[in-house]
Amino acid sequence: MTFTLLYTILSLSLLGGLLAVILFIVAQKFKVQEDPRIDQVLEVLPGANCGGCGFAGCRAFAEHYVNNPEATDIFCPVGGNPVMKLAAQVLDREVQEQMPKLAVLRCNGSCGASERLNIYDGSSVCAVAADLYGGETGCSYGCLGMGDCVNACVFDAIYIDPQTCLPVVVEDKCTSCGACVKACPRLILELRPKGPKSRRIYVACANKDKGAVTRKVCSVGCIGCKLCVKACEFEAVTVTDNLAYIDPDKCRLCRKCVAVCPTGCILEINFPPKKQKTENE
Amino acid sequence: MSKTFSIGGIHPRDNKFSKDKPIENFPIPKRVFISMNQHLGMPAVPVVKKGDSVKVGQLIAEPAGFVSAPVHASVSGIVADVAPYPDFIGKKVLTVVIDTEGDQWLEGIDRSPQIRSEITDTPQEIFKKISALGIVGLGGAAFPTHVKLTPLEGMKPEYLILNGAECEPYLTSDYRLILEHGQEVLTGGEMMRRVLGNDVMGIIGIENNKPKAIAVMKKLTSGFLQWKVVPLKKRYPQGGEKQLIDAVLGRKVPSFALPVSTGAIVQNVGTAFAVYEAVQKNKPLISNVLTVTCSDLSIQKNYRFRNGTPIREILTAAGAMEKDGTLSAPFAKVVNGGPMMGKSVANLDGPVMKSTSGLVLFTEEETKRKEPGECIRCSKCFQACPMRLQPYLLYQLALAGNTEELEANRVFDCIECGCCLYSCPAYLPLLDQIRLAKNVSLKNKRK
Repeated sequence: MTFTLLYTILSLSLLGGLLAVILFIVAQKFKVQEDPRIDQVLEVLPGANCGGCGFAGCRAFAEHYVNNPEATDIFCPVGGNPVMKLAAQVLDREVQEQMPKLAVLRCNGSCGASERLNIYDGSSVCAVAADLYGGETGCSYGCLGMGDCVNACVFDAIYIDPQTCLPVVVEDKCTSCGACVKACPRLILELRPKGPKSRRIYVACANKDKGAVTRKVCSVGCIGCKLCVKACEFEAVTVTDNLAYIDPDKCRLCRKCVAVCPTGCILEINFPPKKQKTENE
Repeated sequence: MSKTFSIGGIHPRDNKFSKDKPIENFPIPKRVFISMNQHLGMPAVPVVKKGDSVKVGQLIAEPAGFVSAPVHASVSGIVADVAPYPDFIGKKVLTVVIDTEGDQWLEGIDRSPQIRSEITDTPQEIFKKISALGIVGLGGAAFPTHVKLTPLEGMKPEYLILNGAECEPYLTSDYRLILEHGQEVLTGGEMMRRVLGNDVMGIIGIENNKPKAIAVMKKLTSGFLQWKVVPLKKRYPQGGEKQLIDAVLGRKVPSFALPVSTGAIVQNVGTAFAVYEAVQKNKPLISNVLTVTCSDLSIQKNYRFRNGTPIREILTAAGAMEKDGTLSAPFAKVVNGGPMMGKSVANLDGPVMKSTSGLVLFTEEETKRKEPGECIRCSKCFQACPMRLQPYLLYQLALAGNTEELEANRVFDCIECGCCLYSCPAYLPLLDQIRLAKNVSLKNKRK
């Protein structure tokens, strides 16, 4: 009886010891040297794993950032400059500051602005609707309003305004990860620089039809009249395919294009209200 | 015992209310919108410009490649515009707009109603006429007919199947065509059979809910050894190319293979009629038969329409429109094609096209989709799928955007018949997502 116990304890202890030795050898042989800085960088990162930087999650970003000292285009859009500064401190690197960006909706065709010609009662997913047909309004470029961008946003930064039927990007929450830009089947969301004091100007339209056609279907669509091109002193506005585009790098926010736009599709955001004109028009 | 296909399928009520209404000639519209994208493949390239005067049957657009088809003027008059116009689903397509003036036909087109069943052209001449006169498959997909009739290396067709199944509920245009123009349909079929080769066997497949059509075709083919009529048991989607081959011959088209690999080529009876008109009468494909119908029996019509007629005009003539331009009272939705595979009309000013086979009117109650619930794993969609796919799985994969797994589960085999959606007790938008996934991965492949 006591011998049975003894043998059991002995054999199991031997077996355990043997396996421990094997494990130790294997662990030594296949040891992976991981840069401890990767974990340090990872700690600084937001940890949202949104993929906005172009990598599969924050860890992949950290690995890439640590292993490629030369690469300059690595940037965490969610954390922005503060996070990148911290990450650079870990590695004693210079940081390239980028303008904070923001998703903007290049469509202004709210319920009031463009007439609803039909009622869609299919699966309420923008991608399905865009695949099936031209949309509820006559504009085949504008927002479908079913909220694929809302579903794509992991930061709760977009909601559909029931008044206008258009998605609204919440400035404080948007991290410019670009998930909504990818989700939109009509490609009407764009990442633009937030601008100094969050002031920015952009063309809120994506309609490439001729002016007359656009005007028929939407009262606030870009008709490609090029008045903005003429008004701009910095050559920031270009019109291609009957659609104006303001280059954010060249734009000096003078707002001259906003004043001349006949349909009001150029939006100015966060500017103080203009002074009242004294003369009567 | 009638034949049918072996996998899946559903039995919707056929509702063929308009089957006793003879085909009426629809009046020539004042303005036609002829789309350049009426067929599968490359859109045609217009050869007319604004201000040109054209005659009926004149070539207005050339094919843009082999898998493409020419387009001909369906009315005579002045070309008012060549520009993108929204089609019936509201997407912009390059369109030739013609303002009608009179009804002058191009010389050489035989307009007499006399039937010419004697075939004098050689197979080469027949083939040339089919490709030059813009004949496309009128079963729905509008695949250019000459492409189907072109022999492929190593694949010898043994059977030509004329598709008279018309399994879509409501539609009766093919049925009326067989009843009224059976001889022409058979002649057209015989011509296509000769193009394929003299040893090819001709089969006409008709569902057994159309006994009159079966009788007509049986009588007409009684003298021919090369032709036979196969009555089919009513079941949707019998008119699908792959299902019809299975039903008639018992052969299954493998995944990613062309139907001709089984030795069978399927052509719609409407196509056969168009071939007859093209070869014997020199008439390009400028008109087709469509059914205007609804379930409350108030509107039942079969029209022969000119290509490019605005849908609004057809509905107005049928009595489905109010004076202020809205659909009349009970109707809320118009479906272009049959209720199973058709697409709803988003733009009533859009035109009908070569392959339009019907306009079905529905009331709000009939078409309103119910709120989708959760999948209860009942496998009804799997049982209904005629391609033996797993719609519930494809749906989940499509939601996750897993392209690789979708392809591994044969998403490209989906024929978009809608059986899964029809049978789903949870009203899940199965087909919506599967179709989207198909289109997305096709686009990715092209890149």
